[in-house]
Amino acid sequence: MSAAALSAAQAGFLSCEICGLLSRPAAAAQPGHCPRCGAPLAWRRHHSFQYTWALVIAAAIFYIPANVLPVLTTNTLVSSTSDTIMSGVIYLYTSGSWPLALIVLVASVMIPLGKLATLAYLLVTVQRGSVKSTHDRTRLHRIVELIGRWSMLDVFVDTFVVALVQLQPLMSVEPGPGVPFFMAVVVLTMLAAQTFDPRFIWDAAGAPRG
Amino acid sequence: MASGLTAQPVACPDCDLLQRLPPLPPGAKARCARCGKTLAVQLADPLDRPLALTVTAAIVLIIANTAPLMGLEAAGRQASTTLIGGAYQMWLQGREITAVVVAFCAVIAPTSYVLFMLTVLLAVRRPPAPRWVGELLRWADFMQPWSMSEVMMLGILVALIKIAALARVIPGVGMYAVGALIVLLAALMIAFDPRAVWERVAWADGRSPSAAALGAGAAR
Repeated sequence: MSAAALSAAQAGFLSCEICGLLSRPAAAAQPGHCPRCGAPLAWRRHHSFQYTWALVIAAAIFYIPANVLPVLTTNTLVSSTSDTIMSGVIYLYTSGSWPLALIVLVASVMIPLGKLATLAYLLVTVQRGSVKSTHDRTRLHRIVELIGRWSMLDVFVDTFVVALVQLQPLMSVEPGPGVPFFMAVVVLTMLAAQTFDPRFIWDAAGAPRG
Repeated sequence: MASGLTAQPVACPDCDLLQRLPPLPPGAKARCARCGKTLAVQLADPLDRPLALTVTAAIVLIIANTAPLMGLEAAGRQASTTLIGGAYQMWLQGREITAVVVAFCAVIAPTSYVLFMLTVLLAVRRPPAPRWVGELLRWADFMQPWSMSEVMMLGILVALIKIAALARVIPGVGMYAVGALIVLLAALMIAFDPRAVWERVAWADGRSPSAAALGAGAAR
C-alpha cells in the first residue's frame, strides 16, 4: 500500500459503475463511455443529491397517508372493520403472536422511518462536507440498501390476505386506500438509496489538504 | 514491477479508494483497505456452479409460479391462490398500481433475473462473448434488488397466521417451491462473480477481452 490514500477521481481515473473497469478518460470534463461495457461514465452519480432529496421528501409525504388510511377492510355478514398498519400490528399482538407483531412493526414502521432519517442524515452530512465518522456513514448506507426491501412485507401480507379471503357473502377482505401509499414509500426509499452515491461520504475526508 | 499485470488496479465502488488487487488464492476475498467493502472474491468455479444453480432455479420458478400457493377452507367453501393470482385480485379490487408492483416484485423481477442469468452464463461458455451479454448482465443486476421472493415468503407466512384465526389454511406446493427458490437464489448470489463474466465479454471499443486486459484498461 502506498502511504497516502488516494481516490481514483483524484488520480484522474474513473471506475465504471456497471462493470467495475478502471479507465482514464481522454477529457476530464467529458468522461464518455466505458471502453469495456459501453456504459456512460461519470465521476459521481449525476444529480445524486437532487434525486435523493426529491425521493426522500416524496416518501416522507406519502408516509402519512400510508399510516393514517386503512390497509385492509374485513366485511362479514354483520359487520365491516378497517385496519391501518398500526392496528394490524396491535391485532397480531393481542391475538397472541407477538413475534409476528414485532416483525411487522419493524418492517412496516421502523425500517421506513429509519431509512428516511438515515438518508436525510447522510445527505445533510455530505452536503456540509463532514469528515467525521465516514466508516459509520458508509455502513449506514449499506444497511439502508440491504434492508429496504423488507418493508414491502406488509404489501405482500395484504395482497395474500385479500387474495385468499374472498368467501362472499360470508366474509371478504378488500385492500384499503393506504396500500398504494405505503407501497410508494417503499419503492421511493429503495430508489433513494440507489441514487445516493456513497463515494461522496469519502470525498470530503480524502480531499487534498493545503 | 513484474507484478504489474497481475496486481490489478481497481477503485472501491463505495469509497473510490484507488488500490491494487493482489492475485487471490481460490476461496479468498479482497476487501477495500479503507472502507472494508468486498472488492473481489476468487471462486474456484465461478461459471459452472452458478449455471447449475440457475437451471435448477428456473425449474423451481416454473413450479412456484403455476402451482397453488395455499388454499383456504371455511364453512364448506374453498378458495386457493397462486402467486400471480394474488396480484390479480389486487387489480380486481381497484388497486391497479399496487397490483403491478406486487406482480413485478413477486413474479416479473425474479423470472427476468433467472432468465437473464441463464442466458449470460450459457453465452460466456465460449469467450469472447458478444457485447449483448454484458448488457443482459446489467439488466440482471437491475432486477436483483426488486426480486423479493424472501420478503414475499415472510408476507405469505404472516398472512397465513392472520387468516388461520378465521379459517383452515392448507399450504400448497407453490409455497414449498418459493422456499426452495429463496435458497437457490441466495446460493446463486454467493456462487457467482460478475468479474468472471466481464473478463470474457468482448469490449465495447472492439478489442478482444484477453488483449484488452493487458492494455490501456490497466492503470499505468
